[in-house]
Amino acid sequence: MSSVATSAPAAPSANPILALRRAGPFFFVLALAALVYALIGPQQFANALTIGAIYALIALGYTMVYGIIALINFAHGEIFMVGAFVSLFFLGEQLGQTGPVRDLPVLLVLVIAAFLVTMVVVGLLGVLIERFAYRPLRNAPRLAPLITAIGISFILQNVVQIIYGPSPVNTPQIIAPTERFGLLGASIGYVNLFVLAAAVVLMVLLQLFVNRTRLGRAMRSTAQDREAAQLMGVDINRTIAATFFIGSALAGAAGVVYGLYFGNISFVIGFQAGLKAFTAAVLGGIGNITGAALGGFIIGFVEVTAAATGYFVWAQALVFTTLILVLVFRPAGLLGQQLGERA
Amino acid sequence: MTAAPAEAGDQAIAAPAGGNDEAAEVILRLDDVHTYYGSIHALQGITVDLRQGEIVTLIGANGAGKTTTLKTISGLLHPRQGTVHFRGADVSRRAPHDLVKDGISHAPEGRRIFSRLTVLENLKMGGYTRRPAEIREDLSRVFELFPRLFERANQKGGTLSGGEQQMLAIGRALMSRPAVLLLDEPSLGLAPILVQQIFRIIQEINAQGTTILLVEQNAQQALAIAQRGYVLQTGRVILADSARGLAANEDVRRAYLGEI
Ligand SMILES: Nc1ncnc2c1ncn2[C@@H]1O[C@H](COP(=O)(O)OP(=O)(O)O)[C@@H](O)[C@H]1O
Ligand SMILES: [Mg+2]
Repeated sequence: MSSVATSAPAAPSANPILALRRAGPFFFVLALAALVYALIGPQQFANALTIGAIYALIALGYTMVYGIIALINFAHGEIFMVGAFVSLFFLGEQLGQTGPVRDLPVLLVLVIAAFLVTMVVVGLLGVLIERFAYRPLRNAPRLAPLITAIGISFILQNVVQIIYGPSPVNTPQIIAPTERFGLLGASIGYVNLFVLAAAVVLMVLLQLFVNRTRLGRAMRSTAQDREAAQLMGVDINRTIAATFFIGSALAGAAGVVYGLYFGNISFVIGFQAGLKAFTAAVLGGIGNITGAALGGFIIGFVEVTAAATGYFVWAQALVFTTLILVLVFRPAGLLGQQLGERA
Repeated sequence: MTAAPAEAGDQAIAAPAGGNDEAAEVILRLDDVHTYYGSIHALQGITVDLRQGEIVTLIGANGAGKTTTLKTISGLLHPRQGTVHFRGADVSRRAPHDLVKDGISHAPEGRRIFSRLTVLENLKMGGYTRRPAEIREDLSRVFELFPRLFERANQKGGTLSGGEQQMLAIGRALMSRPAVLLLDEPSLGLAPILVQQIFRIIQEINAQGTTILLVEQNAQQALAIAQRGYVLQTGRVILADSARGLAANEDVRRAYLGEI
């Protein structure tokens, strides 16, 4: 920050009603978390947080891409799925891992390497898709790129199915699922803790990046007014490409933790997870990064609660009922621009 | 259209400082420019030049092609025929982000500030093509011109008043240290007292060495601070003269200065 910035007077304290409205969604999520905790107990609650974190990571990419080019990137779920397979390819096939790694430093190196490799590969895949499938259609009617996205999603599914076959494939669970610790009378896996921590770290990094860096500012400007951003000197093609890279890389990270947590993956996981993550993004307010994260956790809560209370078959219906309820009261989603708020 | 400015307003603005300096080099030149929106032929052969250090104004009724001319200069639109030369180089095909680096800055019609970014962030966006040290320097310059923006540095752009938003739009455009500044209707929708202030600041910016192409509905005020002007009508230049000449021209007075 420049010296001028720091010496500038602070904004006058916000109006309390507005502050309350801003805080509302966070209280809603906290209250929901408390309710869920009371219903399903600490064991399942940890499970809900873990699954919610995975949805949240995927939802970020949906919301970022929508924010910048108003496209619902239906291929995003498949990018997550490809991430899970890239991680399998790297850890399992290249490094020959098959099971738990007990040596902590080695484990750490493996995990970080898996993240880096997968995020870069999948990030580039996202950039490639944008470059060749979406950019040529940027000025076409909005339905065109949407259809293209669905096409890309089939292509990715088919390619993975051809390489790895239609049935689930085991992934190396290098963080031993049997390693657990006691908390509040529950036995919680270190892998749960790891997934949650990884997701939170990535989300905090994303927030810092978007809010504090030059490229982050360029992304927000391009999302708000593409033409004005160009007049500032922003190369919007590069900025949009960067957005796809980051959003896809985060989905790749979700793919890595999915494999580590569940221990098996298949070419269809992108469809299911993608749909729910998309729901999470809409629920949080599409275009809003914090909203997508909150939405992911809400979906995790609802889904695991349904499953843990014996209503597993109702899980999907409950997820979408939650979505509808939220949209009835806040049409633009929890943290979305409410009508009239857009300047 | 805003009410015609009061007589007193006219006098508050100083007469053009330099006048018409024929010796100064041409920094920007549009040569027989034709620009289209799809099949709509919006500019039908515009020839305009700007000399180093001038304030030149484009006047004309709504839909005459003033905004289109500025967009063609800043690269948001490209001419289908004709050329735009900046400092002797043909820039007709250059992208807007490259033209900002070259030294052309465009404060668009309707201000177009980033309403969800803070004032400071908006200004930093203006300096997007520049290095951090340069940005710091230019921030102090902009805050000196617009002390109001300094007071509101951490406020979201969307919370500013219309006048403040216009100041931000101009300040933001200055952050790239342009050689040529394109201003599209900077006084639109502002109270008369603010209009005066904006025009004074435009003169100050010009006095600090920036060449300015000013599009205005407020032809009287624009001609009062400009050295030269062009009158546009349906995509063509119908008159080009010194500001004094245009202000004295019967047709201009009737059509654009609100005289009967
Ligand atoms: N986005 C657009 N699409 C189609 N026609 C446009 C567009 N913008 C402007 N025009 C047309 O181009 C002509 C010039 O417009 P403009 O440059 O905005 O005029 P001015 O700024 O002088 O009011 C007008 O006839 C207008 O209707
Ligand atoms: Mg206009």
